[in-house]
Amino acid sequence: MTRIRFQQRLEELKEKLLEMAGLAEQATQRAIEAYRERDLSICDLVSQGEITINCLERDIDQAALDLLATEQPMAGDLRFILSVIKINAELERVGNAAKSISERVRHMERMAAAELPVNIPKMATLASEMVRKSLQSFIEADAETARSVLTMDDAVDAMNKAAFKSLIKVMEEQSHLAPQALNALMISRSLERVADHATNIAEDVIFWVQGDDVRHHKSLQREMEQQSKDGGNIS
Amino acid sequence: MRAWIRGLSDGAATGLAVLSTILVVAPLVAIFVYLIYKGASSLSWAFFTEVPKPVGEAGGGMANAILGSAILLGIGSLIGIPVGIAGGIFLAEYGRGTKLATAVRFTADVLNGVPSIVMGIAIYSLVVVPQGHFSAFSGGVALGIMMIPTVCRTTEEMLLMVPNAVREAALALGVPNWRSVMAITVKTASPGIITGCMLAFARVAGETAPLIFTAFGNVGWNARLDEPIAALPLQIYVYALSPYDDWHRLAWAGSLVLIVLIVLAVSLVRYVTSRGVLKGAS
Amino acid sequence: MGVSIEVTNLNAWYGSNHALQDINLNIPANRATALIGPSGCGKSTFVRCLNRMHETNPVARVTGKVIIGDLDIYKDIKPVEIRRRVGMVFQRPNPFPTMSIYDNVAAGLKLNGYSSRHVLDEIVEKSLKNAALWEEVKDNLKKESGASLSGGQQQRLCIARALAVDPEVLLMDEPASALDPVSTAKIEDLIFQLKAQYTIVIVTHNMQQAARVAENTGFFLNGRMVEFDATDKIFTNPSDKRTEDYITGRFG
Repeated sequence: MTRIRFQQRLEELKEKLLEMAGLAEQATQRAIEAYRERDLSICDLVSQGEITINCLERDIDQAALDLLATEQPMAGDLRFILSVIKINAELERVGNAAKSISERVRHMERMAAAELPVNIPKMATLASEMVRKSLQSFIEADAETARSVLTMDDAVDAMNKAAFKSLIKVMEEQSHLAPQALNALMISRSLERVADHATNIAEDVIFWVQGDDVRHHKSLQREMEQQSKDGGNIS
Repeated sequence: MRAWIRGLSDGAATGLAVLSTILVVAPLVAIFVYLIYKGASSLSWAFFTEVPKPVGEAGGGMANAILGSAILLGIGSLIGIPVGIAGGIFLAEYGRGTKLATAVRFTADVLNGVPSIVMGIAIYSLVVVPQGHFSAFSGGVALGIMMIPTVCRTTEEMLLMVPNAVREAALALGVPNWRSVMAITVKTASPGIITGCMLAFARVAGETAPLIFTAFGNVGWNARLDEPIAALPLQIYVYALSPYDDWHRLAWAGSLVLIVLIVLAVSLVRYVTSRGVLKGAS
Repeated sequence: MGVSIEVTNLNAWYGSNHALQDINLNIPANRATALIGPSGCGKSTFVRCLNRMHETNPVARVTGKVIIGDLDIYKDIKPVEIRRRVGMVFQRPNPFPTMSIYDNVAAGLKLNGYSSRHVLDEIVEKSLKNAALWEEVKDNLKKESGASLSGGQQQRLCIARALAVDPEVLLMDEPASALDPVSTAKIEDLIFQLKAQYTIVIVTHNMQQAARVAENTGFFLNGRMVEFDATDKIFTNPSDKRTEDYITGRFG
């Protein structure tokens, strides 16, 4: 087998990314637990973890850059390294979202508890499941698993929209609960973001494994349908 | 300690090389010096302009022999060089690997090995006898045939040394094969081919045996191709074997002149051909 | 202007060695097409079938059809003729050693009978300019021999020599493999400019070079053409695993 050294460097890059993935998943889990338990000490853990995540992001990018410069990767290898760089960025943002959630939890602590018409735990479970699945598809280089993540995003989006509607209504009708409602809204938003990042990771995995660029396919489809509706109209 | 031994063996090798060079060059120098010593005193204007005087009379020269050699070598070159070069071109460019080429090469090698006296006898039978008399022409033929193997083999070798890349470059331009051979390959190898011709020339310039039965020699002036003609080596041979001191002196002078003329001819050719070479060309 | 090349069922032999097997290929006009593959895969043999240089080997044999422009080059035309329309540049620069720079460039014309001094001067200048060598040699055209130039310059001289006979196709067999990176870059820039006037086929070991200059790339392996596609596709997402293995260096 030729290019053993290159192969080893690719393995090392993958290991680093998996380490990053573990940290991002852990941060998400901790943020959700902090929310459930209203535990501030867990919020501290998330903040500390954030620093490690940022350092690791820089390491991974540097390692990928070195590989591109020195090994002239082609085809599958090239797509792999490109995907690693993008997934790296997505994971860092997952870490940011987790930190946002834990910040919201800190704020919540100072407020009175309130019953709100929104199922944060359910959203959280879905979002973290999407993250887990997208990372699994990366580890196994499995495009099918990755595609299943794409379909899960719709559910989370719907839940976020519904939360938005009902929490606005709460803020209008029960203004004393506005701070709590706003907090919940922001947490919902962060969870929707986590789901988006998981979707992006899945799209990057599909690109790596199949050479297929499936990003923005919904908006692109809409654009094309709109253009065919306009027919021969010159805009 | 090692370095000292290495230095010593290096010096020894250098010394050996210098000694060998001296051993090789010394006979040449010795001959030249001796010739000058023995022959220079007999050189005079008369030597180059007069024909030999009858026995007993002093003076005379070898003008007829010098002219004769020139004519014989001229005919020989006219026969030997074109045929040799054509053969060399065939062997290198057209017949590579064929049975015919092997046969041609073998023939050339055999021809090269034929003793010069045998060559003389052969031409005697083939040319002199049908003609009925000795002639400059038959002498030229003998010399020419002796030139062929040398010219042919060196031409072939020089052509084979032309890198194939050069041939391919010409062919890739859409140049027909014959044109590529003549204008590119032969031209590239021409310095070597000319050297081959000069080697053959220098060799036959001093041949005596083949001329004994063909050109035969002539005490008088002759520039006609169908009559016997004098030649320097032949004349030297006859005079050296004679019992006359005068003729011995002329023989020494003739030897010196022969060698000097050969060196001059070769140098002239070298000079003329080097004038056309470009800066940086091989 | 360049022309397209259509190859159908091309097979080539060196004696009993079946060097090329069933090659089918369409090379578009005014583009650069790269041919890659490991040593001995047949890419050089293929290229030499396009200008019938393959036949200079006495034990060579070819079957199949090669149509350049509108000519079937194995039926309608003689080898000498096709080589005037399909030029070739070799791996090692091979200027004629006894000729001046001027004579080198003019060689293809002079040896084919053109002799008008005025016309030759023009063509030599134009070819050297097209080969990006004019500025460097214009003062020494007749005084210096082709062999006195540097490697990169010699190769550009060979390109000028090939261009002087005004071919429609230019075949380049690893033209930069004997050159340093700067000279290589100059040759690649040159290929880019030449595409406008000629169809270029370039054999290369250097995949980055193929990627830089060619719109299409063909991958040869063991005498067959495994894949032929847009260069971008071949190098980012090839269809055949053998292609992927070769370009990622994962052979054996």
